Amino acid sequence: MSSENMQQGSSLTRKISRRVAELPPSGIRRFFELVLATEGVISLGVGEPDFVTPWNIREEAVFQLEKGRTSYTSNYGLKELRCELAAWLERRYSLQYDPDSEIVITVGGSEAIDIALRAILEPGDEVLIVEPCYVSYAPVVILAGGTPRYIATKQEEGFRLNIARLRESVTPRTKALIINYPNNPTGATFRYDDLESLCRFAGEHDLLILSDEIYAELTYEGVHVSLAALPEAKERTLLVSGFSKAFAMTGWRLGYLCGPAELIAAMVKIHQYTILCAPTISQYAAIEALRNGDADIEAMREEYRARRNFIVKSFNEMGLRTLMPEGAFYAFANIESTGMTSEEFCTRLLREQRVAVVPGTAFGPSGEGFIRASYASSFEKLERAVEGIARFVRK
Amino acid sequence: MKNIKKKLMAILRENARLTSSQLAARLSISTEQVEQLLAELEASRAIYGYKTLINPEALGEEIVEAVIEVHVTPTRGEGFDGIAKRIYRFPEVRSLYLMSGGSDFLLFMEAQSLKEIAKFVTEKLATMDGVQETQTHFLLKKYKQDGVPLDGEDSVERLPVTP
Repeated sequence: MSSENMQQGSSLTRKISRRVAELPPSGIRRFFELVLATEGVISLGVGEPDFVTPWNIREEAVFQLEKGRTSYTSNYGLKELRCELAAWLERRYSLQYDPDSEIVITVGGSEAIDIALRAILEPGDEVLIVEPCYVSYAPVVILAGGTPRYIATKQEEGFRLNIARLRESVTPRTKALIINYPNNPTGATFRYDDLESLCRFAGEHDLLILSDEIYAELTYEGVHVSLAALPEAKERTLLVSGFSKAFAMTGWRLGYLCGPAELIAAMVKIHQYTILCAPTISQYAAIEALRNGDADIEAMREEYRARRNFIVKSFNEMGLRTLMPEGAFYAFANIESTGMTSEEFCTRLLREQRVAVVPGTAFGPSGEGFIRASYASSFEKLERAVEGIARFVRK
Repeated sequence: MKNIKKKLMAILRENARLTSSQLAARLSISTEQVEQLLAELEASRAIYGYKTLINPEALGEEIVEAVIEVHVTPTRGEGFDGIAKRIYRFPEVRSLYLMSGGSDFLLFMEAQSLKEIAKFVTEKLATMDGVQETQTHFLLKKYKQDGVPLDGEDSVERLPVTP
């Protein structure tokens, strides 16, 4: 029986497309299994807020459910939500997007990235990805038929964009560039000057820029400058963002994509055939978030800021060189002083102190020598985790 | 400075048992600075006590709580303050507020039994000079007190590692 099963298994495996079969498994996934198998772990491996969605937003969803708001919405998303979002983007980032044609509400920022890339890439097109970065960019580029090209950022450069390095990697096949700021995992953000030179570079090579600004509301130093706020950038920018991080709404799966109308129309074509529309009830909840969420955002940001100061100070005190992240909720600590690789550090830390952090290598080749510790965790947990890490590093 | 004092009070209001060094970590300042701020806040009575939220019923202990509306006659010179003081000096009075609306004072008290409360109201409160009328409401169930739901909140487990 088993040989028959194996036979069947292997013949089924053969039915999997080569593109998917060859896709490397996520480095995070493997580590996740390891953490699950260990008991009593304090985890700083979590990439989502530790706050529950504010009650006024949850209550609005309950109210709308009671009213029976359970049908599909427009492919672009509820008109009311798009109008509210356009007003919000203008108020917070001085962005101007037409709610009728330049905004589509998606299933999280993830779907926005997917439909954006699928709509623009031809087989063999190259996409520059600034890393260390969120784990899904490269796989999604590959799934869309493109070829990812990693561009390193370095701690000694503050994980800022290095245009010279971008220039070295650009080819005639390069079609787009993916940036993410404030950055997961480094916490670095880009300033007006960075964006200006990036924009000039993109203009020279006629590149589209997919700008993932999902952590924009969690900016601790200065104000977030949205790429599309630069007049010369808007026509080549695809802005990806969402409600997950700003409003602690990860499980609602709600994001958005903004860009030039012609491009958005192409992306909505994919969205309408594969998704139809983002969850209706989440869209109603998001309207409430945009209308009455400012105070909650502020309170959460202040809490993250205090935790950030604590964890970064602690890491530096124990000899793990860590830059003060300007945004998001991750500390990206340099562990080279321990002589261990990222994998080794994380695996041993988990086994010996039952503290989980994520190896930097999960976020790209430049992540070697680093660990990502999320401070989206209660202060009590952060304190216990830091004690564990300090004991581990001392040994 | 005012801002950091406000933050310190907000943190202590949630958890008054944090140590100075834990408070220092939360405020990104030194332990000495925390102690200095606390001394100032206590001296100015911006912080006027540290107490514990208790729920004796969790130990199976019966307590009776009442909210009493009190109508009084204010006096010349003292207004409501004189009579308020006479009332709040009774140790069984836990809180006393002057209110707008139908009644003058809202009085919160607790006791071992209904009888004890009745005794206080009929013997001490209602017979006091200047007290015109009282209306006693007994608490049936507490859901939330001082910002904390008494049943506790459901805790939701997040996945331990996510990108």
